[in-house]
Amino acid sequence: MSDTNKEGSKEALFSPKNRKLLTNPLSKDNPISVQVLGICSVLAITVQLRASLVMAISVVAVMGFANVIISLLRKTIPPRIRIIVQLTVIASLVILVDQVLKAYVYDVSRQLSVFVGLIITNCIIMGRLEGFALHNKPWPSFLDGIGNAAGYGWVLLTVGFFRELLGSGTLMGYQVIPNVLYDLGYENNGFMILPPMALITVGVIIWVQRHRDRDLVDIS
Amino acid sequence: MTNRYVFLYASVMVIIVAVVLSGAATLLRPRQERNMRMEKMQNILAAIDIPAARGEAEELFARYVTTAKVVNYQGEEVEGDAFEIDLQEENRKQLEDRNLPVFIAEVEDDTFYIVAVRGAGLWGPIWGYIGLESDLRTIISANFDHASETPGLGAEISDRGFEEQFAGKRIFDDEGNFRPIRVVKGGAPEGDPHAVDAISGGTITSNGVEDMIRNGLEAYRPYFEKIKSS
Repeated sequence: MSDTNKEGSKEALFSPKNRKLLTNPLSKDNPISVQVLGICSVLAITVQLRASLVMAISVVAVMGFANVIISLLRKTIPPRIRIIVQLTVIASLVILVDQVLKAYVYDVSRQLSVFVGLIITNCIIMGRLEGFALHNKPWPSFLDGIGNAAGYGWVLLTVGFFRELLGSGTLMGYQVIPNVLYDLGYENNGFMILPPMALITVGVIIWVQRHRDRDLVDIS
Repeated sequence: MTNRYVFLYASVMVIIVAVVLSGAATLLRPRQERNMRMEKMQNILAAIDIPAARGEAEELFARYVTTAKVVNYQGEEVEGDAFEIDLQEENRKQLEDRNLPVFIAEVEDDTFYIVAVRGAGLWGPIWGYIGLESDLRTIISANFDHASETPGLGAEISDRGFEEQFAGKRIFDDEGNFRPIRVVKGGAPEGDPHAVDAISGGTITSNGVEDMIRNGLEAYRPYFEKIKSS
């Protein structure tokens, strides 16, 4: 992991190093498919694409802000209570997101129900605060946060896409499998709606990713 | 960093967080409450089989639900705002002190009655609305919701498939005796107008629905009798 961005050095906003912060978590350092973190929420909220999308956006918001805030405070935070400070920042942001969802996208917030609150326990966020934001400047921290959240997000969306398509025959709530197919005997796969299929879908993503990127294959 | 600094830091942080969060909660409260009101309207309309999107709930509610009244245990009308009644609080009171909401809807020259019920599921409260035809005997539809039942199991009571079973069921038998809906594990007998299928894997929630309907409708009986005799 690229946790060693030296402080003080002047860099362009999107220097190759900074770009890497954003793009690495999408593939080589993907929090879900490589680090296998945050699996719990992937299983829980990917039955429909819409819920996955809102969850992904929420995590991007929480993670971007949390990384910047912790990075800004990094020199003032007493090391002894740094975990408490991180948790307070994450928890406050999550409550804010929850309140906003309740006010503006009420149905989705009902669907996500307890899982919005559980963003707090998403170990990806704590991991990035502790591993990156605490030792880096706000801008790289922001990129790192957004990158990791996006890496989490695209896996979430992919899983949500296949589970909704194959499980309910819809996407974002709209029917996409034509009725003709149902008349011919096609049936929605009820198994896709259950959590185990999310795990299997994630497994397939990991498989495809490792097949294409041999560096990730553990040879030991 | 001294202990003094650590304590000071923590205190300041907590105060800032408290101010920000309470500010946000206060600002967003009106919108959130409006959403909850509209959801309640949707649920009430669903009990008489009128599907309403969130945006049009207010309009449809105003169009169809012509009267909302509060009745007591003797079926007498009392003062109060039916829409604002909190059944959770009412259920804690003695039967004599309870106030119950009744919504009366006019749909194409028919008069429908919607009553509210509330009970306990496995993990938390469950509640719902039951729509009755003007004979006060036949159910039009029902709408249920829950606070924390298990997704895929007990939570299925709020699924349309479960709710639709109630359409056409009867709460009084042909002799006029009160026979509330039974929620039968393993499937209701074919053609039984007083029973629906329970949810597999959700036995306790299903039993909760049965109890909720029995107790809830029981409290409304004096009101039903009063309307029938008038």
